[in-house]
Amino acid sequence: MSGSDQGKGVDVLDAQDRARFEQLVLPHLDAAFNLSRWLLKSRADSEDVAQEAMLRAYRFFRGFHGGDARAWLLQIVRNTCYTWLEKNRPVELMTEFDEELHPQPSVSPETLAIAGSNRERLARALETLPPRFREVLVLRELEGCSYKEIASITAIPIGTVMSALARARQRLQRALTLPSPQEASREL
Amino acid sequence: MNCDFTRTVLHGYLDGELDATRAAEFEHHLETCRECTTALGSEESLRSSLQRTGLYENAPVGLRTKIRASLDAATTSPARIRIPAWRWFAVAATILVIASVSWFSWQRPGKDNASAAPFTVAEIIDAHVRSLQPGHLTDVASTDQHTVKPWFDGKLAFVPPVKDFADEGFPLIGGRLDVLGGQNVAALVYSRRKHIINVFVMPTKEPDTPIHPPGLRQGYQWRHWRRQGMEYCAVSDVSDSDIYELAQLIYQ
Repeated sequence: MSGSDQGKGVDVLDAQDRARFEQLVLPHLDAAFNLSRWLLKSRADSEDVAQEAMLRAYRFFRGFHGGDARAWLLQIVRNTCYTWLEKNRPVELMTEFDEELHPQPSVSPETLAIAGSNRERLARALETLPPRFREVLVLRELEGCSYKEIASITAIPIGTVMSALARARQRLQRALTLPSPQEASREL
Repeated sequence: MNCDFTRTVLHGYLDGELDATRAAEFEHHLETCRECTTALGSEESLRSSLQRTGLYENAPVGLRTKIRASLDAATTSPARIRIPAWRWFAVAATILVIASVSWFSWQRPGKDNASAAPFTVAEIIDAHVRSLQPGHLTDVASTDQHTVKPWFDGKLAFVPPVKDFADEGFPLIGGRLDVLGGQNVAALVYSRRKHIINVFVMPTKEPDTPIHPPGLRQGYQWRHWRRQGMEYCAVSDVSDSDIYELAQLIYQ
């Protein structure tokens, strides 16, 4: 599971591989689509990228030696998404910076509950986060991945998954409770 | 806001990723730290929002189908590469056997041990292509069957049946002598919407056959049949339905 799926030989697949892939990997298509949808912020682009990732996973299927098929697939999906972003929206990846966790006033659970109850608002807030924060949240909260799985999918050390999530959640809270400039002007 | 636990450990606790000792330690801390208690409540609220508002987006129905198709494509074609060399020989041998069997049945459906095929597909195509080169199409250019038929007389050891089918959309434009399989044959030239159809005719001792299914090679199609002591092969780049139509006209 470690390392990228690149650089290994491309396998030639037979009917038996096809059946195994159908059984082990294809059931995780929704997970693949959901991750790429949130990384790319577009359903249409995610369809293409998820399909490409699935085909890539298939080509490298001989390199999958059992274990967590979902995490194995999501790792490939993530790599495919970043390659796509680098090519099509490099600016989005450049705006990212590793921010220290700044102390901030706690937002009350009630405030958050109200702000978070609106799907659109929550989705918009999530989309304002840099991809690397967005992905840990999606993997943890929507996909229910363990820290170990998140580490293997995102290639960040397992010891830093917890702090990555802490930062991501803090950013999401901020994005959710501070209205965006557009929102602020709309409310005027 | 100076509680160190809030920064990270709280999240490990929230996610159930702390070991038992650290979890107990944090729970003990929660009893006295209001800040962490509030923060934990906020995080739990946020989590339940994320999970309850339907942010998870399933793949569109059609995507699965599309992916299955591309997987199938990736399976069948490269899979052949894995076939070991000896199998290739087996495959080649099988093809050869099938080809020769079809060839012989193409030549004569009867199981008699008659002579070998009088010509090959390659020869027919070559002859057809050659005829399309300037000045090679016809030795006698005439739309009149009564001119074309006598022209063959004396040049061949047989008299090919010659008919014009202009009314049916296949005007006769002439005839010429050609050689197939070392044998002199008559070539009747018909046109079909500016395309050329060559019909090769030679005598045979084999019994009649129906019009055989079409053959296709290099973009040319042909139909072959035997009728009343004559071997026929119509070849052209027009569609098979046109060739078949002409073959039926000649067959009658």
